[in-house]
Amino acid sequence: MNLIKRILGIVWIGLGIGAGIYLIYFQAVPLWAKGGNDLVPAIIYTFVLAPLISIGMSLFGFYALQGEFDTIL
Amino acid sequence: MTTKKQSLAYIISASSVGTLIEWYDFYIFGSLATVLSTKFFPTDNPTAAFLNTLATFAAGFVVRPFGALVFGRLGDLIGRKYTFMVTLMLMGGATFAIGLIPSYATIGAWAPILVLTLRLLQGLALGGEYGGAATYVAEHAPAERRGFFTSWIQTTATLGLVISLAVIMATRSSMSKEAFDDFGWRIPFLVSILMVLVSLLIRKNMEESPMFAKAKAEGNISKNPLKESFGNKLNLKYVLLALFGATMGQGLVWYTGQFYAQTFLLKICNLDDIQTNTILVIGLLLGTPLFVIFGALSDKIGRKGIMMAGMIIAVLSYRPIFDQMYKTVDVTNKTVVPGSEKMTLKGKTTTITKEYTDGSSYKNVITEVSPDKTESKISIKINEKDQWTLVGYVFFLISFVTMAYGPIAAFLVEMFPTKIRYTSMSLPYHIGNGVFGGLMPAIATFLVSNAQTAGVVQKPYLEGLNYPIALISVCVVIGIIYIKSAKKAA
Repeated sequence: MNLIKRILGIVWIGLGIGAGIYLIYFQAVPLWAKGGNDLVPAIIYTFVLAPLISIGMSLFGFYALQGEFDTIL
Repeated sequence: MTTKKQSLAYIISASSVGTLIEWYDFYIFGSLATVLSTKFFPTDNPTAAFLNTLATFAAGFVVRPFGALVFGRLGDLIGRKYTFMVTLMLMGGATFAIGLIPSYATIGAWAPILVLTLRLLQGLALGGEYGGAATYVAEHAPAERRGFFTSWIQTTATLGLVISLAVIMATRSSMSKEAFDDFGWRIPFLVSILMVLVSLLIRKNMEESPMFAKAKAEGNISKNPLKESFGNKLNLKYVLLALFGATMGQGLVWYTGQFYAQTFLLKICNLDDIQTNTILVIGLLLGTPLFVIFGALSDKIGRKGIMMAGMIIAVLSYRPIFDQMYKTVDVTNKTVVPGSEKMTLKGKTTTITKEYTDGSSYKNVITEVSPDKTESKISIKINEKDQWTLVGYVFFLISFVTMAYGPIAAFLVEMFPTKIRYTSMSLPYHIGNGVFGGLMPAIATFLVSNAQTAGVVQKPYLEGLNYPIALISVCVVIGIIYIKSAKKAA
């Protein structure tokens, strides 16, 4: 089980980075170009969801890869 | 024993009433968003319209984790009781002040700026309140019944919405539409101050949490809760686990079942607003006892299993349930009563009405806002049988909410030590619920709108569900693999 936890760490890092790229390039950039009220979701994608998911998920994955979750209290 | 039980009942009541009022305050803003937009955010001013969208859909939610940090830190430094007294006053003051702000027509640009600022204060206060109340009750409750006792706090979010809808509906029905639009909408905001004062009086006599008082007496409280919570890898990994393995999915299940269901019926199905709110209120009230049932059950069989089961059932059933909800309201396959179709023209407004053989009715008010632009407002009323069918679907959605949300306070409290508990549990809770969950209805509506414009998928009205389904699925995998399935985590 611990091996699975660690291997999945790579998946979480990849997922975090991939989600960040997807949210910024495929969701936020077209909205920034449109302007107006579309700026609200653009701001949310760029400054809230993308950093939260990419940094948070990557850090979680990094800890998992390091075996930090092998023993959970 | 009896005294202890009475004491616990008082503690739970006093904590829950305050939290319920905070939820009420937070929700009336959203429920009255349409009226607020006409008073404070005129559509002919693009900046004001932008601020409106920001205030209505994002600001109050995004700021919640900051409230969790500010007040969580205070709660771990000076105590739970004083901190959630402060958050209650902040919330009550901000809500009351919204009810007093002069309209855009009177003070111009200051109106939207003030409303946005007060909305941010509401979000900050809510970010501090929940963690305090949950921690306070949990630290009074016996460990073997923590799920049951904290589940009462969990009911407050749903009851707060019910009361906000009830107060708005009662105010609306007690006066003419013109009077409500003129000044009546301020009443639900102003009433809040009375409720806050009552709650403050009740909370004033409460004692500090025994666990915190003991830690303080032993000199075992944190000197820097933020650093200890998030600067220490040993604790930070639990914060991340709580977020990605529990609160992210739980927050999305909650907001999809409780709020997106309302947005979906109103904006995507075009169901009449009074009928939508009635269905929601009945569904919520029927589902609310389940919070306590699942909270108590989590004391017996563990928190993780119930929360994960709620999330898995939600992921599997969202598309079929929302599809059926849409089809129940949709009039395209219904038969129009011969001769019932009418069209009336009044000024720049055209109204089309139709009656259907099953008792449904359709009304479309088309207004010409400029020579090359019209706005259409469709409102569908369904028959009583279909209304109860929708109550049933909402009840199912709420039951998933109660499975995921009922045990979460006890689960989070047990994950972190007393000295940094308020800070550590509040942040993942408010990121999961405020950010991932709170933004869900706006993001989902946006995805549906995009899908309808693109016209490439068969059921564009279900596209908004992709966001919660994807993130809840990730949360379930993380939760099942990484979270310990013991009856109590600590």
